[in-house]
Amino acid sequence: MNNEMSINDVQDNIIEEFSAFSDWMDRYSLLIEKGKELEPLDPAYKKNDYLIEGCQSKVWLYPEFRDGKIYFYADSDALITKGIVSLLIKVLSGRTPAEIKNADLYFIEKTGLRENLSPTRSNGLLAMIKQMKLYAIAFEYNTNKNTPGAAF
Amino acid sequence: MKDINEIRKDFPLLQKKINGRKIVYLDNAATTQKPQCVIDAINEVYIGYNANVHRGVHVLSDIVSEAYENSREKIREFINASKKEEIIFTPGTTGSINAVAFSFGERYIKPGDEIVISHLEHHSNIVPWQMMCERKGARLKVIPITDNGEIIMEEYKRLLSEKTKLVAVTQVSNVLGTVVPLKEITDIAHQYGIPVLVDGAQGIQHCSTDVQDIGCDFYAFSGHKIYGPPGTGILYGREKYLEEMPPWHGGGDMVNRVTLEKTTFNQLPFKFEAGTTNYPGFIGLGRAIDYIKELGIENISSLEKELMHYAIEKLSAIEKVRIIGNPAERVSVISFIIDGVHQYDAGMILDKLGIAVRTGNHCAQPLMDRLKLDGTIRASLCFYNTREEIDALAEGIGKVINMFYK
Repeated sequence: MNNEMSINDVQDNIIEEFSAFSDWMDRYSLLIEKGKELEPLDPAYKKNDYLIEGCQSKVWLYPEFRDGKIYFYADSDALITKGIVSLLIKVLSGRTPAEIKNADLYFIEKTGLRENLSPTRSNGLLAMIKQMKLYAIAFEYNTNKNTPGAAF
Repeated sequence: MKDINEIRKDFPLLQKKINGRKIVYLDNAATTQKPQCVIDAINEVYIGYNANVHRGVHVLSDIVSEAYENSREKIREFINASKKEEIIFTPGTTGSINAVAFSFGERYIKPGDEIVISHLEHHSNIVPWQMMCERKGARLKVIPITDNGEIIMEEYKRLLSEKTKLVAVTQVSNVLGTVVPLKEITDIAHQYGIPVLVDGAQGIQHCSTDVQDIGCDFYAFSGHKIYGPPGTGILYGREKYLEEMPPWHGGGDMVNRVTLEKTTFNQLPFKFEAGTTNYPGFIGLGRAIDYIKELGIENISSLEKELMHYAIEKLSAIEKVRIIGNPAERVSVISFIIDGVHQYDAGMILDKLGIAVRTGNHCAQPLMDRLKLDGTIRASLCFYNTREEIDALAEGIGKVINMFYK
């Protein structure tokens, strides 16, 4: 779905959408809406293997590697958290491991989400990003490993 | 007693605004705000008479040591311990309980022995005992609770046997506010000659506490939950046990004579206070105890009870709110959930409205499991809270419900 748009195009769209609201309550409402739009995660993946540690709410993140790209699916029992993960998926899902690994996620700062979602709030924003990047590194490593001559 | 507006003026933080809003601080079970007099008392140490306690012959050390020992006396009097030697300074409740778990364990526990705790406990009154059991080959037994959040006394009696070496229970549940019948629990344990440790972290600031009247053998609490600074904790211990138990830390001030072959230990309480303690903090805690006494702990209790009943009434009236637990006797701590709204979501929105509550499992995961909950929203009150603040909480919850049911 993001294929025609770059990671930064998607981020810019999100920033624009959030900047339409100056009131924090409206921003949170938008975030909650984004969460509700998230494609449902197959219940089979709602298990501890896919649970992200370090969140006060539960977040499951499942990666699928297809045609050189990673597709992320996620869910959370808290709606604000679900909204956050849905934004991350909009930006990072359907990208190559290299794109994900190197992505500079400036939308978090520019939507004003960072000030509310600091790491000390244990909302797991940083844990989610870290997990997505780790998957990217892992898939990239596996791909290279299967390439002849890449054993070194 | 002072008027509530006068009381609030004693607390500088309560005058502050965040994001243009007055702070509604309902997280007093996590830590309390400090009155100006406590802040001043600590500052005065650094400005006027800072030196290490019990070390020097110089005048500064004398002044600071005297102030420090005065604090010990104030605390002794406050909990009515019979001797000053029974008041040990520690870093906090957690430090106190770990200390007993180590030293009591070393002295008295053998493989196959049992320690009894309750299902209401904070992790601080679970994990140290698990560690001790692991170390000594002992077993942990847990007193079950009712759905209302009360200890089942019949089950408690059934758990006690000749294998039981210690009973460790909380005074007040940090999640449900349940007031535990300490006297009854202690009396029963003592019939079998079993000592009792009380985790007073959530009790000391709300209830008049007399360790001799309760009859407990150990009582632990934290200074920061009773308007003093963090890093100050108290362990009251019955002299007989403290004399027999080995020190938990070795170092300076806790020794009588050190040679490289053998060391003899200092007398009580210093035997258990190795190294430099947070002495400015303990002087501040002494001032906090004075402050509480000026207000009167009985006055505080009745003020807080009234406020809590108002809060329960107000929250119960909200359709989607479910208050967790319904103990016969409760103080100042109210846990609730909002149907269909995750506690974390609710906490985030309440925070944006300037209302500080705690969400999550409150360091009591076994209790959460027992109640079949992932977590709760906890409002914990104290005497400086007002009815207006409870109204603000109720209004905030209304906004949360509107937002998530849109």
